[in-house]
Amino acid sequence: METRKVYMDYNATTPLHPAVKDAMVRDLELYANASSMHQDGRAARARVEEARRAVAELIGAGADPERVVFTSGGSESNNTVFATAFHLGRKGPRRAIITTSIEHPCVLNAALWLKDEGFPVTFLKVDQHGKIDMDEFKAALGPETLLVSIMAANNEIGTIQDLAEIGRLAKAAGALFHSDATQAAGKIPVGVDEWKADYLTLSCHKIYGPKGVGALYIRKGAPIEPLIRGGHQEHGHRAGTYNNVGILGFGEAARLAKAELAEYAARVGALRNRLRDGIVAAIPKVKVNGHPVQVLPNTLNVSFPGAEGEAILLYLDLAGIEVSTGSACASGSLEPSHVLLATGVGPELAHGSIRFSLGRLSTEDDVDYVLSILPGVIKRLRAMSTVEA
Amino acid sequence: MSDAFNWLYSDVVKDHFMNPKNVYEPDEGFKADAQGMTGNVKCGDQMLFMLKVKDDVIEDVRWKTYGCASAIASTSMLSEVIKGMGIREAYNIKPEDIVKRLGGLPDNKIHCSVLGDKALRAAIDDHLAKTGREGAFRNEGVKIICTCLNISDRDIEDAVKQGARDWEGLQERTKIGTVCGGCKKEAEELLHEYVHIFAED
Repeated sequence: METRKVYMDYNATTPLHPAVKDAMVRDLELYANASSMHQDGRAARARVEEARRAVAELIGAGADPERVVFTSGGSESNNTVFATAFHLGRKGPRRAIITTSIEHPCVLNAALWLKDEGFPVTFLKVDQHGKIDMDEFKAALGPETLLVSIMAANNEIGTIQDLAEIGRLAKAAGALFHSDATQAAGKIPVGVDEWKADYLTLSCHKIYGPKGVGALYIRKGAPIEPLIRGGHQEHGHRAGTYNNVGILGFGEAARLAKAELAEYAARVGALRNRLRDGIVAAIPKVKVNGHPVQVLPNTLNVSFPGAEGEAILLYLDLAGIEVSTGSACASGSLEPSHVLLATGVGPELAHGSIRFSLGRLSTEDDVDYVLSILPGVIKRLRAMSTVEA
Repeated sequence: MSDAFNWLYSDVVKDHFMNPKNVYEPDEGFKADAQGMTGNVKCGDQMLFMLKVKDDVIEDVRWKTYGCASAIASTSMLSEVIKGMGIREAYNIKPEDIVKRLGGLPDNKIHCSVLGDKALRAAIDDHLAKTGREGAFRNEGVKIICTCLNISDRDIEDAVKQGARDWEGLQERTKIGTVCGGCKKEAEELLHEYVHIFAED
């Protein structure tokens, strides 16, 4: 059987960039504790600080690299922000949290935790394209608003929010502003000053670096409560021995992401459009989800009425094509994608949705191979379906 | 139980998924004597079973589904098993028998496999009704609790025997109460009763 492999699940994770791998292998034996004072320790620490500068530069914080704190990943970064809100809200007059209904589960569940603890939490609705309603946001903001946490770009549909305007409004209301930029970084320009972000979450493995490393940007003067208490690492904001090799891999990945951003967006965006146009032309009655323009260049989410998502995914998988789905069956829950449901896509369409996320190794041949397989899969599933397409 | 991450690649499951048997094709001119539909597309799966029955024996069968890979594979297997079988015996096939023949499915996929079984029962009920014996097999101690998904007291009992201990566990295995939810009170009472009787721990 043909063993061709086409990976189109870059929003789930990315392969290591060869240059990142080289950098990590080169320093793999640099075992010294980056907190140690001796020369090997200082050498390790120098690498960590070099990486910190590269990560800071990726998000427009190059002038202030020490505001970047390394963590174990996006989930830890996001949870640190919500833990901070918990401590602030218990002491101060501001207690209200504003977030959206389409956040990643680590933000949604952290917000639900605060709700359980008695904090007023607003989950903003989104429109059919996945954009928040600015009027609803303005109405929710008030003197009691403690934290606004709104993702920069959505992982499932790729919709990009109006971060500069959101940040401006949040700051005008005196609230702290956090954005989960896990999916945005390396795909679109990210600027903590343009967005007026007090906190910004990053994950390394989404930008061709290793898993198990992330970062939290904390603006100077913004309060922070450590999630992990212990030693004095990261100015006491995040204890734990430095993950030297992971961190320097993150630095190299961030440097490359910044250097390659324009080329990446143009090239991957063209491939994504080729895939989208090919699907729309070859398969009747599909629905492209997400925003038509304000969308990550690599992300394409499509619903195929009459065909169930997990079955589509696994027929594609048998042909070597790796994607993800918003179907409940694939998630192990009874509910399909909360993001698609929030955009008003009915459960019937959400169960039949597929996310194609492309990346730096995607090629025109990959796209054409998917276009040669996918129409047959959908036709076949629709033929055996009890549901009219 | 097969490995949770490699279930698709058991040769039996893979074969039934890639080449499902007895799928209904409109051009074929299959004339069904009886049919039954179960499930709801809002929940992500729906199944239609069509039967040719002679002298209470299933002569031939076709099915259609809006469903995932395990629903497709398990229904394909079920459709092979019941050919030539008496309707009473077919009515009493348990989903776990089919899962066993497939070489097992991971726990989170079991509920996908019950759909074919339920659609089959609905089709047999349809046959019984058409031959003047409406509900004849329901006297075998089965009572429908969840009318949306055609889930009986026996299904709840079976789910408890397989490890369901609470409402979530019961839903995981049977999908009960996921459409209108109107059966929850009655189902929970049965659940507690069966947990009391069958749960060892």
